[in-house]
Amino acid sequence: MIDPVLGSRLQFALTTIVHIIFPVMSMGLAPFLVYFTWKDIRTGEPIYEQLRRFWTRIFAVSFVVGTVTGIVLEFEFGTNFAAFSTTAGELFGGPLALEGMMAFMLEATFLGIFVFGRERVGNALYMVSAVAVGLGTWLSAVWILIANSWMQTPRGYELTTANGHTIVELVDPVAAYANPRFPWMFVHMQNAAVESVALFMAGLGAYFVFRHHVWEYPVENVAFWETTLKFGLIALLVTAPLQVLHGDLYARHIVETQPQKFAAMEAVWETDSYVPEYIVAFPTSLDQLLDPRAKEIFGIGIPGGASWLASGGDPQATIQGLEEFEGKQPPVAIVFWSFRMMVGLGFWFVLLAVWGGYRWWSGELLEDDLLHKALMLSTLLGIVAVELGWIVTEVGRQPWVIQDVLRTTDGVSPGLTAGEATATLVGFAIVYLGLLALYTYVVVRIVRAGPPDGDDLATRDASERPASEVSADD
Amino acid sequence: MTEPAALATEPLFGLPLADLWFGLVFFILAMFLFLDGFDFGVGALFATREDDDERERLLAAIGPFWDGNEVWLVVFGGALFAAFPSVYANLFSRHYLLMFAILGALIVRGLAPEMYEQRHDDGWQRWWGRAFVVGSLTAPFFLGMFTANWVTGATSIVTLPALVVGLAVVALTVVDGVAFLRLKTRGDLRDDLETDGYRALGAYLVLVVAALGSVYAVEPALRSALLSAPVLALVLATLAFAGAYAAATRADRYYVALGAAAGLVFALVAIVAGLMYPSIDRAAGLTVETAIVSTLQLNLMSVGAAVLLPLVFVYFAVLYTAFSGPIETGESY
Repeated sequence: MIDPVLGSRLQFALTTIVHIIFPVMSMGLAPFLVYFTWKDIRTGEPIYEQLRRFWTRIFAVSFVVGTVTGIVLEFEFGTNFAAFSTTAGELFGGPLALEGMMAFMLEATFLGIFVFGRERVGNALYMVSAVAVGLGTWLSAVWILIANSWMQTPRGYELTTANGHTIVELVDPVAAYANPRFPWMFVHMQNAAVESVALFMAGLGAYFVFRHHVWEYPVENVAFWETTLKFGLIALLVTAPLQVLHGDLYARHIVETQPQKFAAMEAVWETDSYVPEYIVAFPTSLDQLLDPRAKEIFGIGIPGGASWLASGGDPQATIQGLEEFEGKQPPVAIVFWSFRMMVGLGFWFVLLAVWGGYRWWSGELLEDDLLHKALMLSTLLGIVAVELGWIVTEVGRQPWVIQDVLRTTDGVSPGLTAGEATATLVGFAIVYLGLLALYTYVVVRIVRAGPPDGDDLATRDASERPASEVSADD
Repeated sequence: MTEPAALATEPLFGLPLADLWFGLVFFILAMFLFLDGFDFGVGALFATREDDDERERLLAAIGPFWDGNEVWLVVFGGALFAAFPSVYANLFSRHYLLMFAILGALIVRGLAPEMYEQRHDDGWQRWWGRAFVVGSLTAPFFLGMFTANWVTGATSIVTLPALVVGLAVVALTVVDGVAFLRLKTRGDLRDDLETDGYRALGAYLVLVVAALGSVYAVEPALRSALLSAPVLALVLATLAFAGAYAAATRADRYYVALGAAAGLVFALVAIVAGLMYPSIDRAAGLTVETAIVSTLQLNLMSVGAAVLLPLVFVYFAVLYTAFSGPIETGESY
């Protein structure tokens, strides 16, 4: 039997880590689908119908799995974190309710039209549906991130007592909901979602391009996959550099608002100035892996780099060490290594974008098999980077569930028994593994089936297209 | 007009906002039970159809709708959390395993149709067809248990009222599902469903009476509320809606029958709310007045809900209009 506190934390970690995959897919696909739908309606070119229909299938299955796993998270605040919900409900429940009414409803209703209604509604309403679905996914993120960012930088509240419990009461809605962390999180998360989908598209496209052009193993609809690869690369060229630059500024904001999280990200124990940034760090012993300390670690350090990052340009700047936060250290190893891996992946994606962009520009995009392999290997790495980033954010805030207000251990439901916690944790471990397997299975089937083609495409296009284009397509 | 500075101290327009939110929470629960209710009912009726084509038509009937319908449950949770956070915390943690049973059933119900359509071999479809039926039967059953325990203030999960209300809610979703399907199908399938509707309606009426009787027997504190005028009026309304449902079904007036099914759902949820008020969580000793959030937050949430919920009705109107009338199979993308 597992301790109810540990069980609840592990269960929430498991259920969020699995859930976030599906919103990343749907939020990241949203701008692409709006664009493909627009081009399909405006130009009637079959490639856009193929892109729209193929990626809508992936979107639809991501949305279904995202819905059923998302309700679990909402309910877990009540079931497993009842003390947190009682304490913070006034500020935390509101954004969740507004997310449901403003965003989720918009997304779920228009998704019905977007997925099933192409033949039933006119172009205008169909386009509206695409935009509404996309907007809904992004508005969802607004409210969820308002709730989460308030836990990182709580503002606009007072502590008071109600029914014998200490609770937070809203006193300044603007300060609370437009809290300092929100804009940082929103930009970083949305850009990460698009970047993840860009990598997913580029990786899939690269696989089929590699098979067709390098292996010379003919692939049906290879033009579709070439276009997919190119769309992925374009989006990667925009999002990858933005993510790194934005992340750099975001780190400075963390120094100001959550200094102990930053100290954990850098594994700085003693307050010091001229702290180096270890862009590459290797654990040389198990001790260093489990208990990293920046001063002892073997790596390549930029002198004064971490100080420079923390202060926005001053290599002599002082960084507060973890020792200043007695008894309040997060699990440093998890935060330190996750942060390093996320940053490393961020730079890798920039390299991939530049490499791919250069090959495309020099007309060798379809021939560079090393690039294809690198992109294939990176297909899912965007999602991995998102997971690592959230681990830094959430584990880095520990031992607090609301920074400096409520400890995670004090947020768990008081009546929860070890038996209950164990039963649901084991249940979720089994169900969510099955869910991931099924999702993977369905996505692989959709990819193997490829885009719709031939007679399956809307006939209006074939009749309207000039003859030369029809033959070029066949 | 309320001045901005007064937002923190006075309810908007002097309205009884705490009571309105109590009503709103149950209204949202009723919307969920009506809309996703017919999806559950379709899932239950799926078990009665053997023919592949008929099964496809049942799935096609709810395809564009069920996801939006299920969001009413998310909004129910959100509204309860936003307006009465301590109730949300107490209720959900007290019925810990039951809540996860509901979630598990919803996961199975949501995945099954998606999986069913992926492959067309018999073994696969038999398996996912069964999963769809099981999810569609257990989700409303557990939800009925949860609602009954909420009203009676039971601290254990399995109680007599919980079991009877659970079965009643399942029967109600079948009544609802028949009404919806008769609107969305045609031919023999539509004719066959008529009898299912009468049977489910009969079962529902028996179970509602049994449910009220079991609450009367088990929970002496609720006896006077059970015999109060509003609750008795709602029981009479249930009988009237049942009569209207049967008559409209016989006369093939599909929209009227669906409206009567909605009436049955709203009457049941109103009975639940009526038995509870002014308490909102008897087991935790919380009333609407003591559990409500601060006036400032309540005012803001009320403005949000007043603006957004009418829009939600517009979204649903657009969706249901786009797919009005019987649905053919094979429509998608």
